[in-house]
Amino acid sequence: MNEKLRMSIIYTVLSVFGLVMIVPFIWMISTALMTQSEFNKHESTFVPKEEYHVWDNGSEKQKVLFVMDKGDKSIVHLLDKDGKIVEEYKEAPRSQVTKVKKVPSFHWANFIKAFKKVPFGIYFANTLYVSFVSLIGVLITSMLAAYAFARMEFIGRDFFFYLFLSMMMVPEPIYLISSYVLLDKINWLDTYQALIVPWCVNIFTIFLFRQHFKSLPQELFDAAAIDGCGTFGMLWRIMLPLSKPIIATASIFSLIGSWNSFMWPLVMTNRPELRVLQVGLSYFNQEASTQTTLLMAASTFSIVPILILFFMAQKQIIASYAKAGLKD
Amino acid sequence: MKTKWKVSPYLYILPAFSLLFAFRLIPIIMSFVISFFDWSIKGTGKFIGLLNYSNMLKDEVFWQSMGNTFWLVIIVVPASIVFSLLFAVMLNQIKRLKGLFRTVYFMPFVTSLVAVSIVWKIMFNEQTGLMNTMIGWVGIEPQKWLSEARGIFDIFFSGFGITLPKWAGGPSQALFAIIIMTVWKGLGYNTIIYLAGLQNISKVYYEAAEIDGASKLKQFFRITLPLVSPTTFYVLIMTTIVSFQAFAQIYLMTDKGGPLNTTKLIVYYIYEKGFDTLDMGYASAVALALFILILGLTVLQKRLEKHVNY
Repeated sequence: MNEKLRMSIIYTVLSVFGLVMIVPFIWMISTALMTQSEFNKHESTFVPKEEYHVWDNGSEKQKVLFVMDKGDKSIVHLLDKDGKIVEEYKEAPRSQVTKVKKVPSFHWANFIKAFKKVPFGIYFANTLYVSFVSLIGVLITSMLAAYAFARMEFIGRDFFFYLFLSMMMVPEPIYLISSYVLLDKINWLDTYQALIVPWCVNIFTIFLFRQHFKSLPQELFDAAAIDGCGTFGMLWRIMLPLSKPIIATASIFSLIGSWNSFMWPLVMTNRPELRVLQVGLSYFNQEASTQTTLLMAASTFSIVPILILFFMAQKQIIASYAKAGLKD
Repeated sequence: MKTKWKVSPYLYILPAFSLLFAFRLIPIIMSFVISFFDWSIKGTGKFIGLLNYSNMLKDEVFWQSMGNTFWLVIIVVPASIVFSLLFAVMLNQIKRLKGLFRTVYFMPFVTSLVAVSIVWKIMFNEQTGLMNTMIGWVGIEPQKWLSEARGIFDIFFSGFGITLPKWAGGPSQALFAIIIMTVWKGLGYNTIIYLAGLQNISKVYYEAAEIDGASKLKQFFRITLPLVSPTTFYVLIMTTIVSFQAFAQIYLMTDKGGPLNTTKLIVYYIYEKGFDTLDMGYASAVALALFILILGLTVLQKRLEKHVNY
């Protein structure tokens, strides 16, 4: 096959599927910018458009909402500049009422409405708080444990290593119920601790750091030991500065993971003021299931911060996921 | 060198170990114990031996949830592998716009399952959803999607006037909608993993094949596919495990696993039994059944891997 033809087929296929991948996002944003009646009447698909009628009686043009035709008359509601109905069921000569072509119009107010309906501020604050505190926890516990696993000899090291490994193999839904019972027994249900403390450790991150620490040359440690550097000093002075890329990778996994985590906070908290973003959004989904445009606006809200993070560091993020996958 | 007893290594693993012990190991063991109890939300519960397990085996909804989960896994995993390998192979051959495509394909993976579930729920809406608009463009009549309990094979063949027996109806259209969304969500991750795997294949093989006059298609089946097989196994295992745990989609897109329980997946059933019915002993028994299933499949796949790897 001709090389040029092959390339153009590849680009076409990739573009078509690329479009399939982002269409839900595009549609989410465009729906978030429609009026509810426009969405319900299915008037526009991607570009929010406004359709209205004008009553032109020769001397004056008036924006109206069309109701129905009745003989040679049209029944309309009179509208003011903001689109609010000022007079209902007026009769106008049919010839004077004309439909105005659709013009694009974006209802940014939906975002404000959604923000007013749902306390997103609290949800955002909770999510940020939980994400960052558990990130710090994960980094500390992982680096300490990985240091021991990678560069120390001790009795039971392999036992602990395989114990950790086997615990990683158990998926979250398996211990969800019993964790609930446990947190209930220690009175942690409906607290921040319940959302943070169990997630201050991440076995995968321990392995990530262990792999990295193992790859550092022994000479570095020998030299430091001669200079009188202690065990903890080596971690603090030598390994930490050399681990910036791994810290970045681990932070990305941890932040994306806790930002998006849903089942655990859904089950472990009940008070509205403790809701994280995902849980808050799911409650809004139940309360406002018919207010499609607001739901879409709210979804856009919750996606945007993580997408901004993604676009800012997409090379690093994609490379991290790719590398971590290969190491397995 | 002989290993000496020292205190400090244990101090270093202590923080991680104590958290894992308290919030992982103990709950895992507890989940096993609770499954032998009639355990409702408060109080200690009553020991009932294997009753939860024998009830489970007689529970039709349990088996239906297992069947639904099976359908999801059996469609999502191969579909995801085929599409992501296809994308990765194509991405690997282009130079311009590679980064853009990669970003676009990866986007669904980083966004929250809750938000995209809401979006897809609205997309699958019968009257106003984008899905029906789009299939309308190619002349297919509107579908009921998330409210359709009939099997997809049943719907397809009834179009030709053939009536299938009930057992051959396949997953409901509602579950199929969930499947489409689940494939979409995970595709980008698998594509990236495949892309990394492909980049590890030495160019030498392709150059040699080119000299021998092997077609691109032949090169794909004789070089790419065998050499990328470790990645395929990784993707296979990961996608299987993740698909078995699908929950948020069901919670947000369906009405409690409806219509007629055809979208009730096993993890949703665990949630429902544990937190709606408040029968935590039973829910733990189901969770353990799921665990054994996932463990068994992982071991099976690892075994298989040894036979196929190059």
